[in-house]
Order: sequence, then C-alpha cells, then structure tokens
Amino acid sequence: MIFGTLFVSFVFYSAYIYTAGTEVAHGPEISDEARRGQQVYQEYNCMACHQFYGLGGYMGPDLTNVISNRGAAYAGAFIAAGTATMPNLGLSPEETSDVVAFLGFVDTTGTYPPKNYDVTWYGTVRQEDDPQ
Amino acid sequence: MIARQNDLIGLNFLRLGIVSLAIGMFFGVIGGFQFLFPDFLQELLFNRTRPIHVSMVVSWIFLAAIGGIYFYLPRQQKLSLWSPNAAKIHFWVFIVTGIAILYSYVTGKFGGREYFMFPAILSLPIFLTWILFGVNYFNTLKKYKEPWPVYYWMWGTGIVFFFITFCESYLWLIPYFRESMVREIIVQWKSYGALTGSWNMLVYGTAIYVATRIAGNQDAAKSKMAYGLFFLGLTNLIFGWAHHTYLVPSQTWIRVLAYAISMTELFILGKILWDWRASLTTFQKNQHCNAYRFMFAADIWVFINLVLALIISVPAFNLITHGTHITVAHAMGSTIGINTMILLSSLFYVIREELPENVHASCSKQVMTGFWITNVSLAIFFFALVMAGFGRGLYEGASFQEMALQIRPFLVVFAISGIALMLGMWLVLWNAFRLLGKIISSANGEKVRGDGELSTANS
Repeated sequence: MIFGTLFVSFVFYSAYIYTAGTEVAHGPEISDEARRGQQVYQEYNCMACHQFYGLGGYMGPDLTNVISNRGAAYAGAFIAAGTATMPNLGLSPEETSDVVAFLGFVDTTGTYPPKNYDVTWYGTVRQEDDPQ
Repeated sequence: MIARQNDLIGLNFLRLGIVSLAIGMFFGVIGGFQFLFPDFLQELLFNRTRPIHVSMVVSWIFLAAIGGIYFYLPRQQKLSLWSPNAAKIHFWVFIVTGIAILYSYVTGKFGGREYFMFPAILSLPIFLTWILFGVNYFNTLKKYKEPWPVYYWMWGTGIVFFFITFCESYLWLIPYFRESMVREIIVQWKSYGALTGSWNMLVYGTAIYVATRIAGNQDAAKSKMAYGLFFLGLTNLIFGWAHHTYLVPSQTWIRVLAYAISMTELFILGKILWDWRASLTTFQKNQHCNAYRFMFAADIWVFINLVLALIISVPAFNLITHGTHITVAHAMGSTIGINTMILLSSLFYVIREELPENVHASCSKQVMTGFWITNVSLAIFFFALVMAGFGRGLYEGASFQEMALQIRPFLVVFAISGIALMLGMWLVLWNAFRLLGKIISSANGEKVRGDGELSTANS
C-alpha cells in the first residue's frame, strides 16, 4: 500500500516536473546552429570539465553565462585555440561557431550563480534572477 | 560445503567488480593529476579518463551488489535461481558491453552525459539484461513464502527503480526534453539523483543482509523500524533529488519540497547515532573480523557523509557549495566511504563463510594494512576536496585561473592522497580477488591449498 502510493506519487510528480514544474520562460527557442552546437558539446564530452548551472565536471569554469560575461569572440577563441589549461580539441571553425551559438542559447535560459536572491531565516533562497 | 556450479555466477560478478574498481581507481589517479597538469597524458585527456574512472567505479558498485544477490539467494537462502542461464547471460553481456564502453571512451566516442558518457546505443544491452535480472530476481523470490525481510524489499526496489531512472535519464533523446535547457538539466539530475538512490537500495540491502547474518539475528530485518527506514529512504529516492538543482530556474515550491524531504534524513542520522553503541557490541562478538571492520568503516562514513549532505541540502549553504569540489567530496565519500566499504564487507563475509579453513576469524594483516591506508587516505582526500570546494565557493573574483591557483595546494593533497587510496585499495582487492578465486577453484573440483595466507592474525 505504502509502496504503491509512493510509486504513483513518483509517476505524477515526474510528469508534473517535466511539464508545468519547469515551464518557466526560457527565452528564445533553440536555433539550428545551437542545436548542432549542443551535439558537438556532447560528442567532445565537454561536460567532463565544464558545468551548466554548476552541474558537470569541475576542472574548467561554469559556462552558463560565459557569453554575456566574456563575449562570443572570447569563448570562440578559447574553443578554437585552447589555453594552458584547456587543450585544443581540434574543433573545425564550423563546430566552434556552433558551440558558441549553443553557449549563447544556454545564456538566455537563466543566471548562474544567482546574483540577486533573498535568504530566509529557515535557510531557503528566493532567486529573483529566475525567468518569470 | 563446497560452492556449487550455479553459485559461481555470483562470485564471477564479484571478481569482475573487483577488476572494475581496480582499473577505475587507476584512472581516477590519472584524472587527479590531470587536474594539476591538464596536458598530462596527451593521448588520453581528462575528457576521456574521467568517464573511464566514473563508469568503472559505478560498475564496481553494481557488479558487487548484483554478485552478492546472485550468490546469497541460492547459496545461503536456499532459493535456487529461477534461471541460472539468465544470470550467465547477464554476466557475459555486461562484460561485452563494458569492453565496448571502454573502447568508445578510449577512441573518443561520447554520449556526453554525466555518469553515462558512452553513446546511447550501448545502453540497450544494459536495459535488456536488467530486465532479465529483474525477472530472475522476482521469480526466484516467488519461492519465498514468508513476509519479505527488508533487504529483499530493498533489492527489489533497487532493481525496479534503477530500470525506471535509467530509462528516464535517456529522455534527453526526445527533442521536447533536449531543447529546453532547464528541462534538460532537470532530466539529468532528477534521474541521476534517483538512480543513485536506486543503487543505494541495492547496497544498503546488502549491508542489512550481511549485518543480520553476522549478528545471527534475522528479526532486525523484519522490524517496524527497518521497514520505516526503508520507506523513508524510498521517499528520499523519489523526491530528494531536487537539492541537486536548487540553482536551476524552476518553481520555488519544488526546491522547498526537496529541502523538507532532505531534512527527513536527520531522522536516519539520529537513528544511526542511537544504535551506534548497540551495533558495536553486537558486531564485536562476531567471528567475521575483516567484514566487521569494513562495515564499521562504512558506519563512520555514513555519519560523516550524512552531516555533509544535510549541510549542502540547506539552500542557503548550497549557494556556496553548489558547483564546487564539495559535491565531489560528497560523491567520493558516498561511493568509496559508504558503498565500497559495505560491498567489501560483503566480499569478506562471503570469503570467510566459504573458506573457513583458509581464512581465520581474526583480521588479516594484509587486508587490515590496506584497510587503514584506504581509510586514512580517504579522509585526507575527502577533506582536501572540502577545502578546495570552500576555496572555490567563497572566491569572489572573476578569474577562474586565479581561483584555481588559490585552491591548487588542496588539489595537490587530493592527488597525492589519491595515490595512497588506490594502493591501499589494491592491497585489499588483491586479497579478495585471490580468495574468491580459491572458492571458485574448489567449486570446480580443484584442490585448494590451505596455505593460511590470510591467517596471519594481527588482532
């Protein structure tokens, strides 16, 4: 009985999370270029070192807002040439451009780390940066 | 009684798990050094060594837990497997899939997801054999006519929820999920959070099984408290994942619910503390010294990790700790300190039960040397990561490089202690691998030499 209740709760909760629970305003729809960039990001396993919203590997910086913080040209140069701490993975100019477009798309979805927030006395955080 | 041929499949899973962990730790050490020197091993950069490390270590947890179930049911519970052949297929498909996954990593073919970084197609054999495993498990337990002890429930729940959450983690293949960044992130961390809960069910079920067998008291596995803790754990599995995603844009009430559910773990913590002394005295009377020591270590790591988990589940603290090495410390403390210690306890329990003439009741010198090196170096490793995490979380500048330089001393300690951790673990694993091999040899009709290598008591 308890098991069944928890299982049914799991199903409904999951359905809610994936529909209304995350239906915040996400900015523009993903473009074809960004979609290809997402694919490249996965194929080169970039998340082994980088994060979005703090989730991923910790060897490199979080890339959620790298475009608005540093600019597309800066990000593109890093990806194309590598640095002392990031190897050149040999992406083609098209792949580099696609990944930059993908990073631009991610940038429109929210702010990380949150810059404007209220911490309540009981430990919760109200994030004013959330897209409303 | 010599193990029968049909008991061997569980032992083979255990031995494969040991190999997997030994390899996984080696690549973990290489990855640790690549944190300091990113160009180290150009042919196998961090984007390849990390997935090898993660996949091999996660495989160890599954293989050792599954091996225990395949062994304990027919051998000790006298519940012969519904289909020993299905178990053998499961084993061989795991080996072939594992080799294919390693090949994909080495050659740079990725799926690009945390935990499951291999191409999605390689999940198919895992899906199919997991169904086979589930069918085998539940059909085998049909022969058990009494109310299930809690570890049967935990194993069954782990099997069912792994299947669900593994499927869920591939929702990103559907554009509806993939093309909304927020939904994409939520899919990954909701499913992985619950998936971790599902393998914890397999491991904690093993812990309760081994503890009750050693103590010779089955009542504890059928008590109201045991079932209460099981349902609390299951509630956490289902709802507690969202503390991974506090900082992802989503509705506030989801975060508050996750926070509230996470805090119910305080009850578990309280219960552990309450029972600590009693469990010590019970365990000390037993004759399974190696198994007891590893279980005791797991108990301590449960406490340390639960404290850390509770702290980082408070949204206000999560603001600082999220996306830092503190999360890695939590993951390492859980997978090595808790899961691996429990599973090693299970291995040495099997060894002691099956080779009473070769393995004396007292703790063996080599295993205990490995035990102490592992646990002391893990403690240093853990706290180095926590300190590095604080360094990153509290850094207020804008330069990632500057922050990385500031926390570098902690990462040096982390990398060096990682070597000691690997060496200590290898010593333990070698002994377990060798002795499990003796059990298999005896089942195959070969004469096992009573060399008493593990009887060099130090207690």
